[in-house]
Amino acid sequence: MATMDRLLFGDNQFFGINHMSEEKARAQAMRFQSTQAIMDVLDVAYDEGIRTFMCTTHDRIAEVADRVRGNPTRYAAFQFYPCMPYAHKYANAVTEHGMVGALRHFMPADGLLATALAGGKALATKEVDSIAKVLIDMEMKMFVGTRTPVIFIQNVFTDLLLGMGFTRALRIFDDHIREKYGAEPAYISMNMPMLLDALEREGIERPIICSNINKIGFRMSGGFDAYLDALRSGRVRAVAMSVYASGAIPADEAIHWISELPGVESIVFGASSAGNIRGTKALVDKYMGVAA
Amino acid sequence: MTDRIRIAVVGLGKMGLSHFAMVNAHPRVEAVGCDGAGFMVDVLSRNISVPIHRDYQTMIAKERLDAVVIATPSRLHAPMVTAALEQGLHVFCEKPFCLDWQDSERLTKVATDKGLVAQVGYHYRYVGAFQEMKRIVDSGALGRITHVLAEAYGPVVLRPKRGTWRTQKSEGGGCLYDYAAHPINLLNWFFGTPSRVSGSVLTPIYSEGIDDQVTATLGWDNGPTAQLSVNWSDESHRKMTTRITMIGTNGRLFADRQECQLFLRASDLALPGYQAGWNLRYTTDLTQDVWFYLRGEEYSAQLADFITAVAERRGAAAENDFASAAQTDRTMAMVIANAETGAPVGAPPLVAKPANGPRKRGWFARGA
Repeated sequence: MATMDRLLFGDNQFFGINHMSEEKARAQAMRFQSTQAIMDVLDVAYDEGIRTFMCTTHDRIAEVADRVRGNPTRYAAFQFYPCMPYAHKYANAVTEHGMVGALRHFMPADGLLATALAGGKALATKEVDSIAKVLIDMEMKMFVGTRTPVIFIQNVFTDLLLGMGFTRALRIFDDHIREKYGAEPAYISMNMPMLLDALEREGIERPIICSNINKIGFRMSGGFDAYLDALRSGRVRAVAMSVYASGAIPADEAIHWISELPGVESIVFGASSAGNIRGTKALVDKYMGVAA
Repeated sequence: MTDRIRIAVVGLGKMGLSHFAMVNAHPRVEAVGCDGAGFMVDVLSRNISVPIHRDYQTMIAKERLDAVVIATPSRLHAPMVTAALEQGLHVFCEKPFCLDWQDSERLTKVATDKGLVAQVGYHYRYVGAFQEMKRIVDSGALGRITHVLAEAYGPVVLRPKRGTWRTQKSEGGGCLYDYAAHPINLLNWFFGTPSRVSGSVLTPIYSEGIDDQVTATLGWDNGPTAQLSVNWSDESHRKMTTRITMIGTNGRLFADRQECQLFLRASDLALPGYQAGWNLRYTTDLTQDVWFYLRGEEYSAQLADFITAVAERRGAAAENDFASAAQTDRTMAMVIANAETGAPVGAPPLVAKPANGPRKRGWFARGA
């Protein structure tokens, strides 16, 4: 079982995602237009000892992976936790091509699956499984030759499948990540307690789940108490995100509170400035023990 | 639990699947699915335990249902909603409501007469920042609102292509129905149906025979003039962005999905907690947690309201009822008629006398 680092570096800030302000989001998108600007921030984090980059399978990340592969000495300990898929790529494809068209769009053109989809006939269960695996492999292509010990499925997909009750797809993901990549499958969700129950019903024990965990209960769907119960039960390996609740909780107080929760193995955070990166790292070292 | 209500989600496309997931996850609901396309029905019926139907008419006739959520292409809304109301079912319909506003008004009456919960999916009315904007407008603290800018931009049609129903006129596609409907619906919420629409231009950029860009001028009796500026061929936005700006005699107000910014010339007793100068409220602070989060609290919250109204037999929607959506359909019809003929639609708005000195409530509002 892979041990996760205490502190993981996230990527929302690089892609114009800001829950507070569209103006800030746009300013960030402009600042991180060049891959070099992203690398400069990642280098600060890496040199602070934060060696895990938890990132969306956005096209731009392929360029980051190129840089990391290209300098194995500099990035000897660098690792990615891919989060797949980049949802807007699929949403836009569905708008453009329709549901079946979008799936075909992402299948290898000459493959049997493209043919099966083109036929418009019902798909056998086995074919649905194969399509899911091909989609996963497509997302993983950019990481070939890098270290990816933990691989996440993005919350929009996890929660869509969870809500629909199509949790068998999560089981397919889980098996494929273990079998083909020798990695730990993991889940981002905005509904952690409900997801945990559903994964257990699929026979997935002690899953890694990344969800909002913060002192004020911000976006902890299913209820603050249900989250704390799940954490205390030892049934989940939690990664906490939104620990500052978009800035609503002072940093010291936020990290201190998280450090006293059982079941939280890691914190993922995003920052653009060296000061904020060092500040969070120092707090995690202070309250959660010095760890990579 | 035996008292769970049964809701069928009809049309399992992009919106429909998301509605289906949220409805199915709701503790007070037993969900049913329905979609005409074989592919989706096959995949789902092999993989989830919920019954999935292919034929809408058969389903509403045979399934024991309390309500339907209609998320089919817009052209199908009117006939499907009609059939559901005839069966005595409560209805949540995706926006736009009906392509012909006369259908919208007829169905509004049917639903009201039958005491059915009838709601349309204009989710921006459930965004905290826009709810705050509504509260501020209703308080009167902005003074006389004279000037409004209503915008929406996003990356839907970025090249010529065959497209889906969203880009076909006959199916109720196009930027006006798909995108502009949202800022128009917000304007209806704040000010009602405009008395006059002029200067409307519906412009294709990449699409054939349908608009990718919408501009228009809307006016209200004794109310503001609003410029509508909408474009769904704008790749600089990661996803749809809607924003409203207003200028009144006592300040300026702006809102988008994230935040609500208010500049007040003078504070107003009708709006406690806001001071002269700039005030900022974030959606994150204005938003209540939801039972299940998929893609933004507003999507969950609108369905939660619908489900609660049905389960507790309230007989009407809490927000976004058919009558309010009919206003939006009517407004869009005015934009289309204006764009086709070039002649303004509706009478010139009555103009209030210019503000002279403090307004009535101003005596109480000036101090702080």
